[in-house]
Amino acid sequence: MPIVSSPHLHGGDSIRLTMMSVILALLPASLMAIYLFGWLAVFIITTSMATCMLAEWLCLRCMGRSTKAVWDGSAALTGLLLALTLPPTLPWWMVVLGSIFAIVLGKQVYGGLGFNLFNPALSARVILLISFPLQMTTWIVPMGDARAVVDLYDIAVAWSLFWSGPEAIGHTLDAITMASPLGHVKTEWTVGVGVTDALVHYNYSYLDAFLGFEAGSLGETSAMALLVGGIYLLARHTITWHIPFAYLATVALLAAVFNAIDAERFAPPMFHLLAGGLMLCAFFMATDPVSSPVTPLGRLFFGMGCGILTWCIRTFGGYPEGAMFAVLLMNCAVPLIDHYCRPRVYGHSVDRDAGS
Amino acid sequence: MPALLKRLGQVLGWMPAGFFGGIEVPDRKLTAHEPIRECPVPDVLILPMKQHIGEQCHPCVHIGDHVLKGQKIAATEGYMAAPVHAPVAGKVVKIEEHRIAHPSGLGLPCIFIEPDGSDGEHRYEPWADWETRDPAELRERVRECGIVGLGGAVFPTFIKLVRDQHHPINTLILNGIECEPYLTTDHRLMLEHADEIVRGLSILRYMVGARECVIAIEDNKQDAVEVMRQAVVRASLTGVRVIAMPTRYPQGSEKQLIESITGKQVPAGKLPVHIGVLCQNVATARAVYHAIEHGRALTERVVTVSGEAMPRPGNLRIPFGAPVRFVLAQCGLEDLDGVHVLHGGPMMGERLRSVDVPVVKATNGLLALHEEQIHGLNAEEQPCIHCGHCGEVCPIRLVPNLLADHCRNDAFERAEAYQLFDCIECGCCSYVCPSSIPLVHYFRYGKGQLAQIRRAETFAEESRRRSEARERRLAREREAKQARRRARKASTPAQAEDGEG
Repeated sequence: MPIVSSPHLHGGDSIRLTMMSVILALLPASLMAIYLFGWLAVFIITTSMATCMLAEWLCLRCMGRSTKAVWDGSAALTGLLLALTLPPTLPWWMVVLGSIFAIVLGKQVYGGLGFNLFNPALSARVILLISFPLQMTTWIVPMGDARAVVDLYDIAVAWSLFWSGPEAIGHTLDAITMASPLGHVKTEWTVGVGVTDALVHYNYSYLDAFLGFEAGSLGETSAMALLVGGIYLLARHTITWHIPFAYLATVALLAAVFNAIDAERFAPPMFHLLAGGLMLCAFFMATDPVSSPVTPLGRLFFGMGCGILTWCIRTFGGYPEGAMFAVLLMNCAVPLIDHYCRPRVYGHSVDRDAGS
Repeated sequence: MPALLKRLGQVLGWMPAGFFGGIEVPDRKLTAHEPIRECPVPDVLILPMKQHIGEQCHPCVHIGDHVLKGQKIAATEGYMAAPVHAPVAGKVVKIEEHRIAHPSGLGLPCIFIEPDGSDGEHRYEPWADWETRDPAELRERVRECGIVGLGGAVFPTFIKLVRDQHHPINTLILNGIECEPYLTTDHRLMLEHADEIVRGLSILRYMVGARECVIAIEDNKQDAVEVMRQAVVRASLTGVRVIAMPTRYPQGSEKQLIESITGKQVPAGKLPVHIGVLCQNVATARAVYHAIEHGRALTERVVTVSGEAMPRPGNLRIPFGAPVRFVLAQCGLEDLDGVHVLHGGPMMGERLRSVDVPVVKATNGLLALHEEQIHGLNAEEQPCIHCGHCGEVCPIRLVPNLLADHCRNDAFERAEAYQLFDCIECGCCSYVCPSSIPLVHYFRYGKGQLAQIRRAETFAEESRRRSEARERRLAREREAKQARRRARKASTPAQAEDGEG
């Protein structure tokens, strides 16, 4: 017997619509990934999405729950998000392993949709990064020059790379691998080269970074495609502006201040904004409703925390990219943030028992 | 885009300040152009002893008594209460418990009246000269006539009509918002009885001494705005503004309307009078006019009988106590198969499990909807994904999803700390929830459980106090007894000595 309680009308929003809107918002980034990395992108995205849904189905089966939830789009979205954070040359079994991590360890062990503390896609990515540091930091030149050496638009070449690994295509892959801008700047600094020189050596261009023609993960390279999707989500009101704004503004502010202090040690703000997974994290990972705060003020703090951590890890940490660690670390703080950032209730002068 | 411009207008102050949150709900005012029609008198009227918020009344007539229309049949000495009057002349046939429209499904003692077709009517003395009378006298009349807030909250009206030096009333707001979908009773009343409403406004204004009056109507009822403006001009009143408010649910809620108009919030646990505001529904104002100028008690009201499953929807003037089944039949609805009847609007109303309940003072609508229109029957509750939409629309600024979690987990103390009791149950949170969580249901559950816990605590406290008092009394008595015994012991030998001596 369902609970029949007022209100009897409903606005018509559903979990599936929400998830589908995010998947739709990731379409530009996915298309860009396919344009940049050819069939490899197609293989990774489909494998990851399919594995996630299968893993979800298995988990639900094992727990004796309704398997209808497989079709709510949340598993598919996790798969897509994970795929977009992976480097294009990852072999199939790592993709499969990552997808299983995402669903089983990232989501279902907590009790399924809505109960996970961490963003499933990001936690899977971190597990992969720690388990396979080499493969997870192998980047290739997108498009252009790469095509002459390894033609990723050729389905056979891409498939052998995806299925059998770089050995299958005779190590020609080495010819097109390169560091990501963030990695390059970090390694150059360790050998005493300043940011300005490092970027000149790298042939770095803001326009390329904005459009997506720098080395990086499948869906992280094109800030433009991610912005288009993010703006769609904002317009559709799937996400609010608080987290992306606070996140990006904090990173930009920190970068600007420190860059003004020492331009050789600290990278400029625009570089930070366009580099690595920041855009993807700001619009799609940090805004994952399940693992982010619900109150506006909480969201601002959450975004700020992500921004500070991202900049610190990028600048002082051992890893060149800090966005995913930042978001995961802030995920832990969400229940606390939510508790202390409740809005002032109508007619109450102060939040009298915030501490209870 | 219009919504965006509207929002911009509110931010820049071109439009009324507005309230926080809220939602756009479908209009569905099917009966906006249906003139008010008279509902026939049924064979028997069932009058519950409590049709207001507050204390229950007890019958002051007996079985077999003949009563006149407008005669008081139930009353109480309690302060927060409203007496009940006979809606028609007839005979009291029985007084017994009967089902009423209440979520608990429990009944209340009811007086059953069989109309005898005569037109005997009891009226209080009409006071056309109310301007010369003491406001306290008028207030007593409002109380005696059983008038309660007809917007749906049924709060006894006289309680709010106080003149207090500490809290003078500056603004009198007449609420013609009617933000629930389907409902058109206030709309029709304003169109058809604008002058009576304005008279009622004048009386209320005189009673509380308000300087400024605002008649607030949502801008989806432009015709009513026009008619009310003309009525105000006809009555040549000064300091009365008729304003069209941007349509947004739940603007008709008293606290939200006050925030919309004055920009001020009613402090928690206080009444609007504490910030110098009095808010009354337009139908209540009209009832006050009838009570003062015609000496008529509140015995009927206009009800919107509507819904997609209603063959002949309309706005009916219905005597209290008419069984819902009878009213539905008047609108052509007899076969209730696959039809669900709501008491009230679709946002805050309650689904009736039986249509044998009577129409009461709180009945502002009776809606017949098809099964597929009732969301609760067609949706399965899914886990919360913490999207936070509920908090974005909550006009009270609660965090509904966390609050619902606490209620569901029986963490009632926590729920109270999250201001559970400030929830007005408007249903905005449930309306936007993508997981179809019946949040309001959990809040009601939490409130009910907390009330029970409080009662139990009070009871335990009482028992403890009583038992301690008994201990003390016993100790005192023992003490006294011993003292007497000591005194006797002390005096007896003395007497003996005296006797011998």
